[in-house]
Amino acid sequence: MIMRRVVLTLSLFMALVSPALAVNPGEALSDPALEARARTISKELRCLVCQNQSIDDSDADLAGDLRKLVRDRLVAGDSDEQVLDYIVARYGDFVLLRPPFDVTTALLWLTPFGVVVFGGVGLWLAFRRRSVTRAPQALDSEEKSKLAALLNETTPRD
Amino acid sequence: MIAELGHFALILALAVALVQMVVPMIGAHRDDEALMGVANKAALVQFVLIGFAFAVLVHAFVTSDFSLKLVADNSHSAKPLIYKISGVWANHEGSMVLWVLILALYGALVAFFGANLPSALRARVLAVQGSIGVAFIGFILITSNPFMRLMPAPFEGRGLNPLLQDPGLAFHPPFLYAGYVGLSMAFSFAIAALIEGRVDASWARWVRPWTLGAWVALTIGIAMGSWWAYYTLGWGGYWFWDPVENASLMPWIVATALLHSAIVAEKRGALKSWTILLAIFAFSLSLIGTFLVRSGVLNSVHAFASDPMRGVVILGIVTVFIGGALVLYGWRAPALKAEGMFAPMSREGALIVNNLLLSAAGVAVFIGTLYPLFLDALGGPKITVGAPFFNMTFVPIMLPLLILVPLGPLLGWKRADLVAALERLMGAGALAVLVSLCVFAFVSEGPWLAALGMGLATWLVVGAFTEFAARIALFSGPLTTSLRRARLLPRAQWGMAFAHGGLGILVAGLVGMTAWQSELVTALKEGESATVADYTLTLEKVGLRQGPNYEALVGVIRVKKDGKDLGFMMPEKRRFPVERQEKTEAAIRTNGMSDLYVVIGDDNGHGGYTIRAYVNPFAPWIWGGAIIMAFGGLISLTDRRYRVGAPTRARLRPQSQPAQ
Repeated sequence: MIMRRVVLTLSLFMALVSPALAVNPGEALSDPALEARARTISKELRCLVCQNQSIDDSDADLAGDLRKLVRDRLVAGDSDEQVLDYIVARYGDFVLLRPPFDVTTALLWLTPFGVVVFGGVGLWLAFRRRSVTRAPQALDSEEKSKLAALLNETTPRD
Repeated sequence: MIAELGHFALILALAVALVQMVVPMIGAHRDDEALMGVANKAALVQFVLIGFAFAVLVHAFVTSDFSLKLVADNSHSAKPLIYKISGVWANHEGSMVLWVLILALYGALVAFFGANLPSALRARVLAVQGSIGVAFIGFILITSNPFMRLMPAPFEGRGLNPLLQDPGLAFHPPFLYAGYVGLSMAFSFAIAALIEGRVDASWARWVRPWTLGAWVALTIGIAMGSWWAYYTLGWGGYWFWDPVENASLMPWIVATALLHSAIVAEKRGALKSWTILLAIFAFSLSLIGTFLVRSGVLNSVHAFASDPMRGVVILGIVTVFIGGALVLYGWRAPALKAEGMFAPMSREGALIVNNLLLSAAGVAVFIGTLYPLFLDALGGPKITVGAPFFNMTFVPIMLPLLILVPLGPLLGWKRADLVAALERLMGAGALAVLVSLCVFAFVSEGPWLAALGMGLATWLVVGAFTEFAARIALFSGPLTTSLRRARLLPRAQWGMAFAHGGLGILVAGLVGMTAWQSELVTALKEGESATVADYTLTLEKVGLRQGPNYEALVGVIRVKKDGKDLGFMMPEKRRFPVERQEKTEAAIRTNGMSDLYVVIGDDNGHGGYTIRAYVNPFAPWIWGGAIIMAFGGLISLTDRRYRVGAPTRARLRPQSQPAQ
């Protein structure tokens, strides 16, 4: 529960999508606390007939129906969790803009952070190996003469 | 007749592109100057031919020649001139012609300005460009001929999607394409370098301006697209993590990484093969973006035509280029010797962290965009990946990067003193903390994290100018000295300060708008008032206005703040009879710090109209920040270093560039 609230707050803070607003006049609940919960839940639900828009962002009739359904459930006393479950039970996971973490989506959720972790570890190991094997050393005499020859070379290659 | 000439020019261009692909490559292999010289001529001729074909298309749209199927399907004689012109690329066929036109333009620019490039490298680069041209001109001619005739010609066209009839969107595609295709130059240079098996400072110096130019164009293109979404879709949103938006964001992220790694490749000779890989990925993502948008895999305002044949052909092109490039990379990259030793704590190290985080952020966008498609194709469940997913993956990966941005430029090359760098950022840090505390203390609304967000924005802006101020001795010497030093400072320094500072402004805009937006949704009758934040809005009158090709419902709204009259705002709802579509035209009143945004909706049947109004604090900073970033890129492009004969200098003083 606490985790969920943290996540919701974080996503509200980070949301690149503004808290948007296709709610129509008369739809909003009179209780501001309940209405705020309805808005937060609405941002997690996809308008099924639109392109990646939440029901909170959409003018479509179906989105309006879902917004009303969310509010009806909240008024009936459901928790946020119960409202989402109620809607998922009817429309499937497809309705969630944040796919649930399970076997089929593990790769989706873990890959971005996997890149950071494995990339970071890989880089670190590469660094350590390199600094062990390739510590800079002074040139030996053969290399020095080669270098001198190269520096004296006047004609460029291209 | 003219249209047939255009078609013919395009076929000739294909032939020329074939020559450009094959002959210079052989010439470079045999070290034959005459054969290599063909590249320049072919590139110029190809540009002239495609330019002609494009001009023919523009002519057909401007004169409303409805005997061309493309014009009849996408234009209308009553459309304003600007949208007749932008109609050329507001459809699949025309936009592909624009794509190859820009490709040919870049090829011609290399031919024209490339005199200081080693001739073998130039020949190979142009040959690779030629091969991209062959693929896409061939694609146009086989699957998407823009010069198809209609018999009999209709009297009137079917018009253009009203959503696309907009100044912001008229020029959004050309900028995006200039960016996408600009990355093809980095790609061609990468492939040429792999074939040669050699990457030196002059190579990196050539790749950087192309990447920078492409990055500037992409930044402007993406900003325009999101600005358009903001004022036209009518609910104040500006970024939806729509797959098509992501298709443009991915190349931008990788181009940003490439810009930074190319600095290391140029100045320190390190990260060469990684830079080449990024160049390949950046263009590959542009191609994948083109595939996603054009194939009809995704449906949106951008997917003009869902012809499966086109999707298959583009997928083929994408596969050949990406696959071929990666195979070549796997084969040749190990031959590229890295130089330039450095300690983990150094400018190089910081740029590697930048690249790691940007890559991970790019992966987050990539997998979020494509995973539902893959899962569906593999018979898995249908899922949606939307904004909440990206807020939980992309954003947390970008946050540490944002925090590190001011630090990187203060670290020295090779081995850096972290403590000294942090000491120099004390001022920026103190200001950031101060801003956070002030926001926390004086702003009661919004999530408390917004205070930290504003602190981060301050840190970015002040941090961006910390190094700048130190280098011109802003507070430690007389002002005249500082001004003189500022003038002498390399343009790239100026560019970086602006780009990083613009990023901070952008962050402030995102945070401010997300945290403190106020909204009003209500129904008003004529004469009624409502308030949003400190503003009182009175719907004085509702009327109809006749536009050139639409009829608009106009709400005349008087705006007052603290009893002071601020004048009228007039949001519109436009009906386009030809296209049978509607479009909201928000009225936006900005004072640079925040927007008052008003939209009028339909008659509610009881004499009232739906009015939505938002106060969006810091919203203008989002686009302002993006423009400042692009401006920084432009300044950097004018750096002297890009104009001097790079190879000549490198020859005289091999590897003795002072570390900057």
